[in-house]
Amino acid sequence: MLKYIAARFGQGVLVLLAIYALTFMLVALTPGSPFSSERAIRPEILAQIEAFYGYDKPPLERFWTSLTNALQGEFGPSAVYANRSVTDIILEAFPVSLSLGAISLLVALVIGIPAGILAAVKRNTWLDYLPMSASMIGICLPTFVLGPILVLIFGIILQLLPVSGWSGPEFMVLPAATLGLFYAAYFARLTRGGMLEMLNQDFVRTARAKGVPERTIIWKHCLKGGLIPAITFLGPALAGIISGSFVVETIFQIPGLGQWFVKGALNRDDFLILGLTVLFAALIVIMNLLVDIVQVALNPRLKYDR
Amino acid sequence: MLRSGQSGFKFLSQPHRNHAKHVPLSNEEHKLMLSAFWSKVLSTLALAILGLSLAACGTRERDSDVAAAEGILLLGNGAEPKSLDPHLITGVPESTIVRALLEGLIASHPTDDTLPAPGMAESWQANENSTVWTFKLRENAKWSNGDPVVASDFVYSWQRILSPVQGSEYASMLYVIENAEAFHLGQTKDFSQVGVKALDDKTLEVRLTGATSHFLLMLKHQSYAPVNPRVVEEFGGMTDRQSGWSTLENYVGNGPFRLKVWATNELVEVDRNPDYWDAANVKLNGIRFLPIENVNTEFTAFQGGRLHITSTVPPDRIPSLQEANTGELMIEPYMGSYFFRINVTRKPFDDVRVRRALTMAVDRQLIVDRVTKGGQEAATGFVPSGSAGYAVSKAVQFDPEGARALLADAGYPGGKGFPKAEILINTSESHRKIAEAIQAMWRDELGIEVGIYNQEWKVYLDSQSTLNYDISRAGWIADYVHPMTFLEIFTSGNGNNDTGWANPAYDALIRQAQGAASEEARLATLQQAEAILMDDMPVLPIYWYTRVYMKDPRVEGWNPKLLDNRPFKTISLSAS
Repeated sequence: MLKYIAARFGQGVLVLLAIYALTFMLVALTPGSPFSSERAIRPEILAQIEAFYGYDKPPLERFWTSLTNALQGEFGPSAVYANRSVTDIILEAFPVSLSLGAISLLVALVIGIPAGILAAVKRNTWLDYLPMSASMIGICLPTFVLGPILVLIFGIILQLLPVSGWSGPEFMVLPAATLGLFYAAYFARLTRGGMLEMLNQDFVRTARAKGVPERTIIWKHCLKGGLIPAITFLGPALAGIISGSFVVETIFQIPGLGQWFVKGALNRDDFLILGLTVLFAALIVIMNLLVDIVQVALNPRLKYDR
Repeated sequence: MLRSGQSGFKFLSQPHRNHAKHVPLSNEEHKLMLSAFWSKVLSTLALAILGLSLAACGTRERDSDVAAAEGILLLGNGAEPKSLDPHLITGVPESTIVRALLEGLIASHPTDDTLPAPGMAESWQANENSTVWTFKLRENAKWSNGDPVVASDFVYSWQRILSPVQGSEYASMLYVIENAEAFHLGQTKDFSQVGVKALDDKTLEVRLTGATSHFLLMLKHQSYAPVNPRVVEEFGGMTDRQSGWSTLENYVGNGPFRLKVWATNELVEVDRNPDYWDAANVKLNGIRFLPIENVNTEFTAFQGGRLHITSTVPPDRIPSLQEANTGELMIEPYMGSYFFRINVTRKPFDDVRVRRALTMAVDRQLIVDRVTKGGQEAATGFVPSGSAGYAVSKAVQFDPEGARALLADAGYPGGKGFPKAEILINTSESHRKIAEAIQAMWRDELGIEVGIYNQEWKVYLDSQSTLNYDISRAGWIADYVHPMTFLEIFTSGNGNNDTGWANPAYDALIRQAQGAASEEARLATLQQAEAILMDDMPVLPIYWYTRVYMKDPRVEGWNPKLLDNRPFKTISLSAS
């Protein structure tokens, strides 16, 4: 098992390096520069600014410098936000996204998994149709529609919850619900599919024949396998949900990581784009690794082969 | 109890049924599992609902009420400030905050942008032809760390913004000062050559390149703001772009407010500066600047009581807000010009008849009435109304007949043979709507087809400055109330010209205006220059801006300003 983890870890490092190189290349090839401005800057002055951030060097040298710095955890200064380093920005915004993501994920799991199990067990009844139609709506209804609807109801009409902002636990309710319900829909559908597959297995039939109580069949024999699709999805979902959602952060004015992705790209803030991409990629690699380990533990059909 | 007993009983009698293949669970089984699941699911749900209702017990007190009682203004500020260093910033969100933290020689006037208000200077005088200005600094002018504000602080600050290494984008605002341009471009390294001198601790002398009676208005701009040399030196030195002096921990200002909180993407808060010379007349206890970028989020924040003033209003809300007429919607003139640049280096736009025909075929009144809907003024020239003593140009009129005749004259009767052209816009729904309206007008009136394409901001800026476009959407906002701020950008080779247009007669008139002996002569010369610009039409004026925003009726002393640059010290909040 350790060998397996080490191999997967090695692969992850390679993937990250490839992503870093590719992002650097794309950013370098994109037209526009962080220093383009609506007010023209004299070329003499522009050269000074570019020299300050090392843009006067050839791209290969810049790549090497930036890579060696990144390996030491230093992603450079933001080229747009004065006296803030990319690391500062991440350290400030990541905890916010992390806590919003954790709560949202909790909402997603608490609603999604039981709904999925229920739908599978009560297949083709209203207890299946209702949560599954709701989850279809949940998947189709984008967060930028759901968010404002929740704000309108709970923030403006009922005045129960703050409409936006991030200064206390009550500020988390609406964004966590918006983000969580969206993921809950996915989890519900995946869980239902997984559970149905398990419930149709031969061993379930045998167990029932032997008179094993249905609750034991569901909770003990089916749940573990039935959750595998949901757990597979958990990896990317976790990485996505904790690294910030641009839409939810924008709707609720939350100082998380999501809006930095967009700001970085729009401002052509090269160092920030690189830093954030690597962070996001690293999260996905780590989460997928964790999920793989958990999956093998849950699923006897899988082995640590390689 | 009864139910679970029953289903338990039935469960015992059912095993044989499950031998059939793919038989879905029976109703009885469902009922059983229902009871098992419901208890768990329901208890979890109940917990979640309990948590939700606990967090939300009762109607919330509105931030705007609490803050109003505390004398704190809640201001929607559009975006996270990129910096609070007056010599680096370029945007409106930044300059709004800096106006609360720093004060130049001349302060912003509470009601009239064409008048100077005393700031760090208590008095000033100019020589006969307004080329040499002497400012007397007030005795009680202090920095927020207790240092006195002295004349040499301004010399240091202006040297800082003019230093090429500093790379300030607004340094050219100071080019009216003798030798400032030469120093900024590295042609002279000796700052003592530049026309700014501290005669003593409280007297500053400024020598200008020409007679500039509107110099006082330019002095209000943040590029002329002072920084505290001791503090700047301590945190990295004069020209360090990444200097730490302008961070929350180290910021030292001389304005009516002090930096108190700077939480990225969340809030910037300032509180009253007791060391400010006019502290007794500062009415607010503090201001919270909320960097809400999304216009709908900002509008909801206003409705939900998180703001007293918004930075803007979603355009599609304007009609219903006007109908509701609650007195919260504000529409005020804002000195800016919305226009299309025309690339005169490309065919067929090198032909002035084509440019004029395109301009004459645009019904600007229809655009402001039906598309922008924010009370904008249909442009009749390039320079917006508002400058004292300057009559706006009437050169631009809707004349479809004349437009068709001119186009036919240029060789495209009824639009026949007109090459495929495209309008470049930066990505935005409102720019697209305006471009589409004009596209339709040109199709209907002139019979020509143009396309529309959008680019992201930075890419768009590059396309524009490299003349890689046919027609490009643009806007220009005044830095000070004077036609010069609009007209000087179209001189040959000016970095903001971006049209490829060059006209020696125009350049000569602008130069003549810069050195004019009197304000009347200057304005008359500029008027001639604008006439040439409107004759040659490298730009197609569309409308003059307005500021559209929401305002809580409790905010007092918030007057309409052409430059949207209210001095915060005269603003107050009434109790109800």
